This record gives sequence, C-alpha cells and structure tokens, in this order.
Amino acid sequence: MKFTLKIWRQKNAEAKGAFVTYEIDDISPEMSFLEMLDALNKGLVEENKDPVAFDHDCREGICGSCGMYINGHPHGPVPAVTTCLLSMRHFRDGETITVEPWRAKPFPVIKDLMVDRSALDKIQTAGGFISVNTGSAPEANSILVKKHDADEAFNSGICIGCGACVAACKNASAMLFVSAKISQFALLPQGRIEAKERVRSMVEKMDDLGFGNCSNTGACEAECPKQIKLTNIARLKREFYKAL
Amino acid sequence: MALAGLFLLLFLPVHLAINFLLLKSDPDPFNRAAHFMATFPVVKIIEIVLFAALIIHFLSGIYLQIINWMARPVRYSVASRTETFFFSKFMIWTGAAVLTFLVIHFFNFYFIRLGLVEGNPEDFYSVAHDLFKIPEYNIIYLLCFILLGLHLFHAFSSAFQTLGLDNRIWKPVVDAVAWIYAIVIPAGFASISLILWLFR
Amino acid sequence: MEKLVSKIPEGPLAEKWTRYKANVKLVSPANKKKLEIIVVGTGVAGSGAASALGELGYNVKVFCYNDTPRRAHAIASQGGVNAAKNYQNDGDSVYRLFLDMIKGGDYRSREGNVYRAAEVSNQVIDHFTALGVPFARDYGGTLTTRSFGGVQVSRTFYAKGQTGQQCLLGAYSSLNRQIKKGTVTMYPRREMLDLVVIEGRARGIIVRNLITGKLERYGAHAVVLATGGYGTIFYLSTLAVHSNGSAAWKAHRRGALFANPSFIQIHPTSIPQLNEFQSKLTLMSESLRNDGRIWVPKAKSDKRPPNEIPEEERDYYLERRYPAFGNLVPRDIASRAAKERCDAGYGVGQTGLAVYLDFRDAIKKQGEKAIESKYGNLFDMYSTITGTDPYKEPMRIYPAGHYTMGGLWVDYELMTTIPGLYAIGESNFSDHGANRLGAASLMQIAADGYFILPNTIGNYLSDQIRVPKISTDGPEFGEAEKTVMEKLEKLVSIKGKQTATSFHKRLGKIMWDHCGMIRNKTGLTKALVMIDELEKEFWSDLSVPGTVDELNNELEKANRVSDFFELARLLVSDALAREESCGAHFREEYQTPDGEALRNDEKFAYVAAWEYAGEGKPHILHKEELTFENVEMKVRSYK
Repeated sequence: MKFTLKIWRQKNAEAKGAFVTYEIDDISPEMSFLEMLDALNKGLVEENKDPVAFDHDCREGICGSCGMYINGHPHGPVPAVTTCLLSMRHFRDGETITVEPWRAKPFPVIKDLMVDRSALDKIQTAGGFISVNTGSAPEANSILVKKHDADEAFNSGICIGCGACVAACKNASAMLFVSAKISQFALLPQGRIEAKERVRSMVEKMDDLGFGNCSNTGACEAECPKQIKLTNIARLKREFYKAL
Repeated sequence: MALAGLFLLLFLPVHLAINFLLLKSDPDPFNRAAHFMATFPVVKIIEIVLFAALIIHFLSGIYLQIINWMARPVRYSVASRTETFFFSKFMIWTGAAVLTFLVIHFFNFYFIRLGLVEGNPEDFYSVAHDLFKIPEYNIIYLLCFILLGLHLFHAFSSAFQTLGLDNRIWKPVVDAVAWIYAIVIPAGFASISLILWLFR
Repeated sequence: MEKLVSKIPEGPLAEKWTRYKANVKLVSPANKKKLEIIVVGTGVAGSGAASALGELGYNVKVFCYNDTPRRAHAIASQGGVNAAKNYQNDGDSVYRLFLDMIKGGDYRSREGNVYRAAEVSNQVIDHFTALGVPFARDYGGTLTTRSFGGVQVSRTFYAKGQTGQQCLLGAYSSLNRQIKKGTVTMYPRREMLDLVVIEGRARGIIVRNLITGKLERYGAHAVVLATGGYGTIFYLSTLAVHSNGSAAWKAHRRGALFANPSFIQIHPTSIPQLNEFQSKLTLMSESLRNDGRIWVPKAKSDKRPPNEIPEEERDYYLERRYPAFGNLVPRDIASRAAKERCDAGYGVGQTGLAVYLDFRDAIKKQGEKAIESKYGNLFDMYSTITGTDPYKEPMRIYPAGHYTMGGLWVDYELMTTIPGLYAIGESNFSDHGANRLGAASLMQIAADGYFILPNTIGNYLSDQIRVPKISTDGPEFGEAEKTVMEKLEKLVSIKGKQTATSFHKRLGKIMWDHCGMIRNKTGLTKALVMIDELEKEFWSDLSVPGTVDELNNELEKANRVSDFFELARLLVSDALAREESCGAHFREEYQTPDGEALRNDEKFAYVAAWEYAGEGKPHILHKEELTFENVEMKVRSYK
C-alpha cells in the first residue's frame, strides 16, 4: 500500500512546528500504524535525517504510551484500539493521512508527536491511591466485595492513561480519566474510607492543571481505546457532591 | 450550570401552554393569562428566580467556555471526526442564538410591560399577532426554535449526567424524555408561528 | 572473587525467613531519614520497593525511562498471581507452591529463596487487595482463583486477562502516595547508563535525561535495580520494544555477577510474525490452551485453508506425544514441539512458522457464548491484530521469547556481588531456576519489592548510618560519566548507513536461530562468530542522526543494542557451558531417545554466575552449587 503522510514536526517544546509531507510505499496491510512509522523512520535514519519522534513501548495496547491524532481521531479511525494496534488495512490505498500530536494546554509538545502527559500523573499523585502501608493489609478475604462491584471497579480500572479522552474532548477535559480512578476506588469498600478526600484533591488538581470542563459530549467515551464509560463521570459527580 | 438550565427547562412548557391561547380568535384568554403572569405575586417571585437562573446559566456558560477554549490553545488542523451528537459541541453557539432571540423577545413584549418600549401591555395578543404577520420575524422565530431544539437535545440529558444520574433504569428514561422534550417544545412554539403566519 | 555466599539462613526451610527477620539488623526511624536509596525501574518490583521503602521513612529516588512509572512492562502480564491461600480447599499450601516452582524450574533454583517467595505470596494478595486491585470475585464476595500453568491446584488470583496491569497500577498508586508524602522523588524519562561504585560499594548512578539528552548524576547509600528482563535480545519478543538489558549489564561490567543468562523462557502461544517490519510478538494467554487444540496438517506444506483440512488429516501433535497432559504441557515443551513440527515442514501460514490453535471443538461443545466469556478479550485482540476471526478459523500461533529467568546474581538478601547494589524482580535470577511457572512472576516481583527487599536492605544500611549524603562530585562519578559520554559520542560519530533497529533484528535472528528454543554446540559456536562480525559491522556502519545532548530516540536504541552484543556473547557462552538440557535450556546433544530434555544433576546442579573480566576478555565462571535438602530431584514427565 501507498500513503501520503502529513506529519506534525516540531523540533522541541519551544520551536514552532509545521506539517511535513512524506510519501511512503510498500506498506503491507497487516502492519500496525506504528510499524508504518517505523518504516518511514528507517528511511529517514538511513539518510541520516531526524526520524519522527513518538512515544510507544509495549505495542500491545496496554502500556498507554502511544497516541497520536490521526485524521481527526485520537488513535485513528477504528474504535477501541490504540495506535500501536491500529492496522493499516483500515486505510485506503493512496490515502492522505494527517498525524498530529495530542493537543491540550496541560500536554505540551516535547517533540513531533511526543507530548508531556505528566499532568495525568500529578492528578493520580493528588489522591489516586488507598492509604495502606505494606504489611498492614488485612487478610484478603476479610474484605468482601460484591461481584458486580468488583467487576465494575475492574471495568473502570482498565484505563491505560494514554490521554485519548483529553485529546478527543473539545474542551480538553480529563474528566473521563479522573472519573475512572475515582470510580474504581469508590466501588470498593477499601476505597470508600478516603473517598471524599480523594475526589476533592483529584478534581482540584485537575482544574489547577488547566484541563477544560466536561460538557458531556461523549467524545471521550467514543474514542477511549479501553471503552471506559461515561457513567464513570456521573459517578465522579455524585462522589464530588457527596464530598462537598 | 446544570441546575440553572434545568430550572429554565421548567419554564418553557408554561410559556408554551399560554402561547397556545394565541390560536384562539378571542384575544381575552391570552391577555388574561399574560396579565396573570405579570401580576400574580408568586409568579413574580418565580420570575426573579427565573431571571437569576438565566443569568447564572448565561454567565457560567461563558465562563466555562472560556476555560475550555484556553484548555486547547493550539487547535487540531483536522477537525474532530469523533462520532458524537453533532450539536453537543456547539452549545455555546446555539445558546447564543437563543439568547439573541430572548433579547428581541424582551424588546417586543417584556420591555413594553416595564414601560421601556412603547405599546399596550394589556394586549400582548395583538402584539403577537402583528409580529407573526411579518415573514422575516417568522423566519427568525422558526430558526431560533430549531436552534433551541438542538440546544435542548443535549441540554436535557447532559444536565442529568452532570448531576450524577447514571442509573441503568432511569438513564434511558431521561434520554427518551430529553428527545421528546427537545422535539415537542420547540415544535409547539414553531407550530403557533406557522399557523398564525400561513393560515390566518 | 571469593566463593559465592548465598547467605541462606540456617534452620528448617519453613522457618528460614522468620528467623532471618528476627535476627536482621535494623535501622532506627531517625536514621532512615538520613539514608538515600535509588530505585531504577518502576514495574511492580520497583514501584513496590520504592513505596515500601518510602513508607519506612527512607529517602527514595526512583527512575524510569518511560514518561510515567505506570508504563513499565509488568503491565502486560496477563495470567495472574499465584498464592498459597488454599481458598479452594484443594490441598494447596506454601510447601506445595514451593514444590511446583522448584519442579517447574527443573531444579535449578535455590530452595530457600523459592520457599520464601511462596511464603510471602499470601501477603502479596492481601496487600494488592487492600490497595484496591480488583481481583476476580465470587458471588459471595470472596476472591476466586483459577488453575494456571499446568498445576494441580487452583491458586491463581486474576483480574480477567489484565492481572499485571491491575497489579502494576496498584503499585503505581502506592508509589504516588509516597510521592505525595515527599518520601519518594520520581524521575521519569531517565535511562540509567552506568553504576557508580565507590570503594567497592554501589553509591550512585549516571542517567541520561531522555528529553534534554544531558547526563545527570545521582548518589545514594544503596542502589536497587528493578530493570526487568532482557528478552528483547531476540528483537521480536513478547516484551515492550524498549525493554532492555543495559542497566543490569552496566552493573555487571562494574562487578556484579550475571547468573544463568541463557535461561530464557519461550512462550508457546504468541501471534506469529506477519511481516518484516513487525516490532513485537503479542502474547495470547496460556489459558487459551485449556480449551484450544493445537495441530498442524499431517501433510507437509499443506496450503489448504484450515477449515478445509478434514479431521483425519490433522496432527494434534501435543495430544499425540503427551497423552497425559496433551495441550497443557509446560511452556518449554509446547514451544519446542511447535518448533519441531515447523522445522520438519509442517508449519502453516505464509511463513510456515506457525501452528493452529483451534477452538472449533470447544465452541461446538460449550457454545460460542461460553468461549466468549472466557476469552472474549483475547479473541478480540487476535482479530484486531491479524484481521481473522478466531471464532470461525483457528488461531495461528508460534513461540516467542518471553521471560528471562537468568539475571544478576543475588544472595538471599537480594544483594548482588557489589555491596549496596540490589537486584529485584525479573532483573535478578533467583526464584525461577531454568523455567518459570505460570503466574509466578507477578508473585515474585511483588514479593521482592514489597516484602523482601524492605526487610533485607536494612541489614546493609544499618552500617551506613554514619556515611554522609553521597556527593556526586567525586572522581568515581566523573569517571563513570566520562565513560558513558565517550560511548554515546562514539555512537553518533559513526555516521554509517544502517539503523540500530536493523542491527538489533539481525542480532535477534542469530540468537533465535542458534540460542533459542533448541541449542547445540555447532550452532552456538557459530553464533559467537556471527555476533562478533555483526558487532564489528555495527561499530562501522551504524547511523544515528542528531547529537548526544538532545532528545534522540535512535541514540537510545543504538546504546541498548551495543550492550546486547556483549550480553548475547555471554548468553551463548553460558548455553555452551551448560552441557545438559534443563527447563527452557534445551541442548540437542542432551536428550532422551524420544526427544525429551536430559538433565545432568551430577555435573550441572549449580548456578552459573559469570564475572566480567574486562573488555575483550572471556568471562570467568563461578559456580554456586545447588543443594536440595527438602525435595527429591526427579525427571519431569508429562507423558
């Protein structure tokens, strides 16, 4: 397959970036989007040119490192898939593909398609934990959790922290990300003890960092590679009102 | 935002019910209803709350929108292709359109009652009937109500989501009511305009 | 180098750890505040250790090469965590878990260490549960388990197919709590490029800030490596593409012995390579073998679509060769059997390097719904990657490099041969012998990080309380930084034509072909020559655009590949020296007449710990004899 790539190139955080167009050929349909970029970079490096920088690591959709805005979609046009698992067969031969970095004030561009998502860590540091010291945990089965609650907590807990929700949201809101963690702990008895403090500090931190507000458009849910549900946001709101 | 919006939602059916009286050939019931709304003390109090809700909704809407714009200083070059309800992304604009209409509306009616604009506050029936004879007014009126409908589509269920409702039984009900509400209310207002314009 | 001392405490097996803890030297809370500890790596072991040490009151600095600690590759572990809770009343116990691990490791691990890991496993489950890890539960609200990895009890705690993710995020949350408290400082996007040893003790590290490209110095009273395994030496593996062996290798070059490097587990069920640009082999959980049947066509190079091959023309080779265990034989056996069929010309798919994993019969028997509820997410992942529907057509699978049992040699306290340098998690060699039991890695890395290291490190640090804060201005830091800088400068100055990745691929192929699932003397000897040649070519034709002092992904890769050449040589030498077959290490020369592994306990019941003797010099082998007082060494049989 053959593609025209319009890729955002930006030398560093301070530099002014621009789109650069590349033509790429001999891409097989089973290659992943990142492998296609690997092929592009191979050519660039062989000519001693600066390759396109992007974050990636596990390449199996679980580490949350990768993420780019492809033709108007975070992680590309296929739902429930990270960029590393997005296969090229989903594109038309000869198609022009525009690739941009995540755009949000709290996610400044580091280089090309790499952005700084440490804001998400800061929110987690503000309260995304249960305060238990090593060694002080009670016997595991002394904490009973309804199966349904445990399953729901898991469904919220599978967030990979890629930031696609922020990238997708017209307001660059991190509400889905925050609500997933809040929900996971709110659903478990272990997490209830600090629930109020947790939601207050995490929401406050989120607002401080410059993320936008949630206006319930549902873009985050539609683009989340792990299909985290909007109901988490409603739960976050409830938890927040309870903590007022 | 959500609470103020929901309060505003309550007002619309009342206004619509009174407007249906415009379809009667006798101006009296409408004018009496309008008079009642203008003078009854309880309604007066509600009116104050309503205005407060309107101002809160308007100001917080603008405030949040500014924060939201600031949260993405560099825009994407390719517009989002995420599949969501299209107009949910344009609440500020549909809201602004509704607000513009409200201003016109105040000039046409409310300010007469306050004595700021010339006219007979006791005969809004005729004022309305006169206005609906002007085609341009009808077109603006219809357009605004279509935009209101689009605003309401998202507003109704969004408000409940913001208030934390995600119950598996009630959520679909709320969503269904949202659809009905967003169609019936604007359609009601619009039908009055169309009937008076085209058939009277 | 003196004789290796494993420091296993005296006394009966079941009392060793308790006795150790009762007698270990402690550091008072006031003194802990004065002591600094560096932890490199933020997987379950690293994050767990950092948070546990922070809770104790030490000053901890944590480093990872990713943008956030939550990306560490423990996140990709699927199956579960073993623990000897015996919630199922099926006869499990700490001893039985210990026995399964010792047997699974083919009697090449230490009794004392393994027993301790099994013992601590129960605390691991308690702790993760308290941290909010959403393990699977029964309707009554209690935790549920599954049977995993071909053992006879059900002791694996799990969170669907994402147990590693949930455990890692649990560890990340405890890490965050300490970061908020200020006991732990996090340094992301930093790659450790050298260890600083002062007067024989580990005192700091040199890292490269991957954003600015600048080298940074950090000092501490002790250094803990939790840097994972080196399975990417095969290039294609189930590991994250940036996983590497450099930190451990740098420590090795500074004096830490490297143990059993050739013990690498090959996982039998991963999605095979589909194209030459493929960067990764995605694991399909072993649990699939509970219901899937593995087969190849009976006829050589049969190119018919799988569904058109009738039942009688299919060879269910595992069921044929191992009637007792069938498709559930251990990982190493399943892997070798697949390779044997493919090498004999029966492989399927475009490359002929794949076998079928077929769910047709299971779907017929249990219904599509039942299969979907068990493996839905794996089936989705398979069809996302390959574009074929495993409900309709058998999966194609092939073995892939997965887990390194080998690693830095550590004693019972998890300290390497450099005083003050610890290695935990996959980066050490200690608990899995020659082959790791399924669901034993999350267990071991959590045990190391949360429960073992925080108890043992005090024994060393108790003598260090009078040592002032380590200055990073000393000559040792300068020398280490200079060494690193010179190497980086050299890498960017070659200005050749080939990418680091292309060298990595070629090295990986040499390793896979000659030092992978099946090894022999001729192949290994040949591999040594090939590695040398390729390394020479690397240093003369590598292309790394850009400079050292900027963000430079190619430089990062090139540096890791350069270390892999050295590690590869050691790996091959270790495989050559071990003239027996055990666990994942299969030497063709040493097999039974029917093709099974032939262990040689008389000559090789030892840990091969290799000492770095200097640039270009052969490594020196030190042997730590393994003694088994509590188990009888048996030949594994799955027939």
